Amino acid sequence: MLLALVMSGFLAALAAPVLYHFVPGWAGRLCPLLPLALFACLLTVAGQVSAGTPLVFSLPWIPSLGVSFSLYLDGLGLLFALLVTGIGFLVFLYTPAYLDDDPRLGRLSAWLFAFMGAMLGTVMAGNLMTMFVFWELTGLCSYILIGFDHEQEESRRAALQALLVTGGGGLALLAGFILLGNIGGTMELAELLLRGDAVRAHPLYLPALLLVLAGAFTKSAQFPFHFWLPSAMAAPTPISAYLHSATMVKLGVFLLARLTPILGGSEAWLWQVSGVGAVTMLTGALLAVKEHDLKRILAWSTVSSLGSMILLLGIGTPGTVIAVMTFLLTHALYKSSLFLTVGAIDHVAGSRDIRQLGGLASGMPWLAVAGILGAFSMAGLPPLLGFISKEIVYSATLQSNMLPQILSGLFLAGNALMVTVAVMAGVGPFFGRKPDTPLHPHGLSPLLWLSPLIPALFGLLFGLFPGSATSFLIEPAVRAVSSPSVNVSLALWHGLNMELLLSIITLALGLGVVLFRRRLIALLPSSSDGFRYGPSGWYRLLLDGVPIVARLQTRFVQDGRLRHYLMISIGVAMGLMGLTFLQSGGLPGDLPFPTGYLHEWLTAGIIVAGAVTVTLTDSRLGAVAALGTVGYGVSLVYILYGAPDLAMTQFCIETLSIVLFVLVLYRLPLFTLLSTPAVRLRDAAMATAIGGLMMLLMLYVISQPLVPHVSEFFLANSLSLAHGRNVVNVILVDFRALDTLGEITVLAVAAVGVFGLLKYRSAGGNEP
Amino acid sequence: MSSVILSTAIRLLLPLLLLFSVFLLLRGHNEPGGGFVGGLVAAAAIALYALAEGAGAARRLLKLDPRSLIAFGLALALTSGMIPLLFGQPLLTGLWLPFPLPVLGHVGTPLLFDVGVYLLVAGMALLIVLSLMEE
Amino acid sequence: MESVFAVVVGVLYATGIYLMVRRSIVKTIFGLALLGNGANLLIFTVGRLTAGRPPYIPAGELAPLPPVADPLPQALILTAIVIGFGVQAFALVLIKRVYQTVGSDDVDKMTTTDTIADTGRTP
Repeated sequence: MLLALVMSGFLAALAAPVLYHFVPGWAGRLCPLLPLALFACLLTVAGQVSAGTPLVFSLPWIPSLGVSFSLYLDGLGLLFALLVTGIGFLVFLYTPAYLDDDPRLGRLSAWLFAFMGAMLGTVMAGNLMTMFVFWELTGLCSYILIGFDHEQEESRRAALQALLVTGGGGLALLAGFILLGNIGGTMELAELLLRGDAVRAHPLYLPALLLVLAGAFTKSAQFPFHFWLPSAMAAPTPISAYLHSATMVKLGVFLLARLTPILGGSEAWLWQVSGVGAVTMLTGALLAVKEHDLKRILAWSTVSSLGSMILLLGIGTPGTVIAVMTFLLTHALYKSSLFLTVGAIDHVAGSRDIRQLGGLASGMPWLAVAGILGAFSMAGLPPLLGFISKEIVYSATLQSNMLPQILSGLFLAGNALMVTVAVMAGVGPFFGRKPDTPLHPHGLSPLLWLSPLIPALFGLLFGLFPGSATSFLIEPAVRAVSSPSVNVSLALWHGLNMELLLSIITLALGLGVVLFRRRLIALLPSSSDGFRYGPSGWYRLLLDGVPIVARLQTRFVQDGRLRHYLMISIGVAMGLMGLTFLQSGGLPGDLPFPTGYLHEWLTAGIIVAGAVTVTLTDSRLGAVAALGTVGYGVSLVYILYGAPDLAMTQFCIETLSIVLFVLVLYRLPLFTLLSTPAVRLRDAAMATAIGGLMMLLMLYVISQPLVPHVSEFFLANSLSLAHGRNVVNVILVDFRALDTLGEITVLAVAAVGVFGLLKYRSAGGNEP
Repeated sequence: MSSVILSTAIRLLLPLLLLFSVFLLLRGHNEPGGGFVGGLVAAAAIALYALAEGAGAARRLLKLDPRSLIAFGLALALTSGMIPLLFGQPLLTGLWLPFPLPVLGHVGTPLLFDVGVYLLVAGMALLIVLSLMEE
Repeated sequence: MESVFAVVVGVLYATGIYLMVRRSIVKTIFGLALLGNGANLLIFTVGRLTAGRPPYIPAGELAPLPPVADPLPQALILTAIVIGFGVQAFALVLIKRVYQTVGSDDVDKMTTTDTIADTGRTP
């Protein structure tokens, strides 16, 4: 059941382009049916989940690492899953009308379906790794959907920015999850939820927390990562409504809520989470007031709302958790409604600039109803759900045991600015003076006003009858985060109290800001400064900086001189080996003086003399002869110490090598002295150091006892298993024949390479 | 490069060296020798002949292109490794005839594999030497 | 005797690497060959030297009579020798072609493929 819920989105993603290709007329009507069906499906299990029994499903994935494909649907997951499918339904209903049967609809629907599947997977994940994979899939879908108009550079840049910011956070999150899994001893969420105390007491708790927070803050566009969200408005409006206000950007909130029982409640959590949330709430609200573009206004207000949710989660009392969940639902309803309204305005009037819009209500009454209901909910007017949620927030902050006055003040400021934004975005375009240059609103498809109206009406419905939302949406979610014993009761009328007073002050303040908006903007720093010096500027600096650093680094380690490459690679390898050697304590003190016969000493001497001659001679023929001496000397060693096969092979190879050198030598350049004496001295010092180190390492190895398990096996079984008395050859052609097969393949490749180099001399034609 | 002594000597030595290389190959499983050495000896013999008589003469003597030798050797080694698969054994398992043959003694897939190595190594060395000579 | 051959291997490594980092490209091949011999000898020596006892099973026995030389390093080296020859031949021909094409044997003049132009664009 859970698996089908998650996977149906991905299957639909495959089917959608086919549908749009073959039955374009029907596809737009069929697509919304899937989210609707999933929504209904989720409602059927809502009773069971609300009662406190989560649904679980698990498949082993990488059992050795404790990673499984687990799904886990509890109250929190249910709230999010219902939002994802419910708003998904509206978006699928709305998109074909918005895009006017654009030929790219099939592709768009495919990615929207995939996104829906990924979202459901994330919110229902029962294993940290399952969650991570789906989490990243949402980011990937977001990347592609933001860049939907991929022919515009701005879209591409915005998409890349969102991907880099959230993807970078995702990497941190992965590291955090791995740490968390190690600390808790399991990746399974259901088990981790019970081990919160052990996790918080662990010394690695703080790094894990910070990494997880980085993931959550980037996804939810928290300060200082807030800048990507307004840029993401380059996407078509239905996508902005779905991904970048109602669902995906709430994943950060979801994650923190999900992990509250495991990570929450500590001092570090309190300050980091609520601090970042508070800054984001105020920054987002102020930036929203400054904008003229409807979508950007809504985007900044989304940032601000997410900030307030994070702030409340940071405080983490049962009261604030109730406030978060209520506000989450409220926000999803009114923000999707407002976004879809803005999309319809843009579609019909051809502009999103609040300075050019006005008086649209007469032409589009139903859209106006949707927009105004949404705006009133956002402003927190009774009898809408927004009013209740604002009251709940104030009552939570007033009862908070730390700094209730300051906290309430912060929310007062944030909420007042939200009132301003609501008036600017949801009310302004419909009333007032019509613009001088008349815009001709052409026909508005019913789907374009129906889709925003539905969530707006739900906001009204839940406001009038809050019990319905409480029992199966908010209370189970709060219990999953906080504790199973919390009771939630929402009501429209709480009596004459502090909360009501604060609500009234909020409203008055907000309306005041509307009147004095221009003066307020003049007081704020100009946005271009923010882009130059703010986090967005840091992002640009990072983006420009990476290629510069790469270029410098490439120029340093890759200067085109082969011998420098050799020195670097050999030097690094030798340095590491030498370090290990020194750490292991160096050589044991008493090495026995070697005892050997004269011919053994002579053989060693011949090799050394040959090698030195090769190095010092300035005659090519002399070098070939000396090299031959070394080779024959080595084959002599093989004869002396019981390796006739090797000796014969080496002998033949030396002979062939000499033939080879004789053939080529006179077409090769003479030996020339190119380096300065200083360079030669440096190279000689380095070479001597490496040679000396190799010698020391060998002496060390020799001083250790030999453990010839493998050789003993070969010696004992050569005859019985492989019918051969020459153990070396048996190893080559029987025991380790696969290695030999690989090696002779290398030989074949080398021979073909030589042949190619010699025969096809100018086939390329691009030689200098 | 033509030398009467080398030319005369190699005509006498060539059959002997080739015979010796086959001898090395066949006895390699029990005594010093094997495909690698055998192939190298064969290649060295033909390379010497080429030095004395020229690369063209060596190619005429060889009849086969060294590239074919390489391909054939690799194919033979691979085939000998695949034969056990037909009998449900893992790749490259040694399979032996139950009775010894005259001259060859025990015959099995490892011997076939060694023959493949012999051909490939000889082909490789010859391809390199002969191509260089024809430059 | 192993310690003597440790010194020999050290000399082969030192001379091999010294030759490989010369600017004159012909010397690189000689360095490569010396290094190859050094590596083979290293493996051989580390497997311990056992004078005159090859790893063969005498007629009538089921296993060699100890002490015998270690067969494993020998099997490793045998293929390494032949592959070393292949690599050496390839390097020789490559250098010959490079010399024909570039007209110089100075490695420092063969940098055009790897350097980044000052405009900052990769070639």
